Amino acid sequence: MDFADSETMTVTPPHVSEIPGAGIPGTEEKLQNWQIDRSRAPIATKIVIAGGFGVGKTTFVGSVSEITPLQTEALMTQASEDVDDLGATPEKLTTTVAMDFGRITLESDLVLYLFGTPGQQRFWFMWDDLMRGAIGAVVMADTRRLEDSFPALDYFESLGLPYVVAVNHFEGTPLYGPDDVRDALSVSPGIPVVTMDARQRVTVVDALLALVGHAVDVSPE
Amino acid sequence: MTGGSGRGARRPARVRPYSLTGGRTRSGHVLLVETFVASLEPADGPVDGPGDPVPTGTPGTRMLPEIRAIIELCRRMRSVAEVSAMLKIPLGVVRVLLSDLADQGKIRVYGTGRGPGQPDRALLERVLVGLRRL
Repeated sequence: MDFADSETMTVTPPHVSEIPGAGIPGTEEKLQNWQIDRSRAPIATKIVIAGGFGVGKTTFVGSVSEITPLQTEALMTQASEDVDDLGATPEKLTTTVAMDFGRITLESDLVLYLFGTPGQQRFWFMWDDLMRGAIGAVVMADTRRLEDSFPALDYFESLGLPYVVAVNHFEGTPLYGPDDVRDALSVSPGIPVVTMDARQRVTVVDALLALVGHAVDVSPE
Repeated sequence: MTGGSGRGARRPARVRPYSLTGGRTRSGHVLLVETFVASLEPADGPVDGPGDPVPTGTPGTRMLPEIRAIIELCRRMRSVAEVSAMLKIPLGVVRVLLSDLADQGKIRVYGTGRGPGQPDRALLERVLVGLRRL
């Protein structure tokens, strides 16, 4: 049971204080020109950042976003699967699933959104919605808990959606080569595997480039 | 919603977020998380509501604070996800409220500027170029 993890039960997320201006319109730091011009909207694109709890999705988004990452919530009602364990009445559970996102204005008429989303299987319903029209996904992996990436890998693999694996290297942990990780995760040879540090913008951009480059490669001519 | 417990009576539950929407969940507009929306109100004009002389429908129509906040926030171009996050309204609820506002001509849904499905190669290459410049 991981119902207590803060990522999925955040009515009051622990880092909410780090979101200055959230909920207060007009306090954002820097307005982009496209936000002011209501005669036309830019093109919106999106990339999903998936992976297990604590793998660094929020850090990843924050490293490259032009706005302080925002958090949105989706209410979810699910039948309780473990009523016996919980000793609960057979009612439905309402869970709040939090999703962090950031934004990058690539051109005056082209905006990229990054959505960091929980990787557990029970949130697949969110992914279906999120992945509609997405460029693809960066599946983040922590070499200490590779198995946490399995559900996300299975999901994108089964749907044939473009994805790359980004190994978030945590300081003080052994650095495995991309090939070792590829073997351990049974990722097919055509899928890029990159090693990165979610705190370092340049490596985050490289991971995004790897994904978009891969999406171009698999895109029909 | 009662899980088939057999008790027909409605429970005096807490006010749930979706009660704001009258329980409707179907949105007539395609509102993805990244879909752009903006108010059709003038940039610096008043948001009509109680006490406002602008006739917007039946007399005495009062605007939910959430509706008013959405119109105010959308004086700038916003994505659906931004509206949800900045006003702390769950995504599903925001979608329905925005859909209603669009039907009422208060919000314009701009869409995503791309076709349905996966982005095409030309768009992907533009994104690639943009990322390389970062």
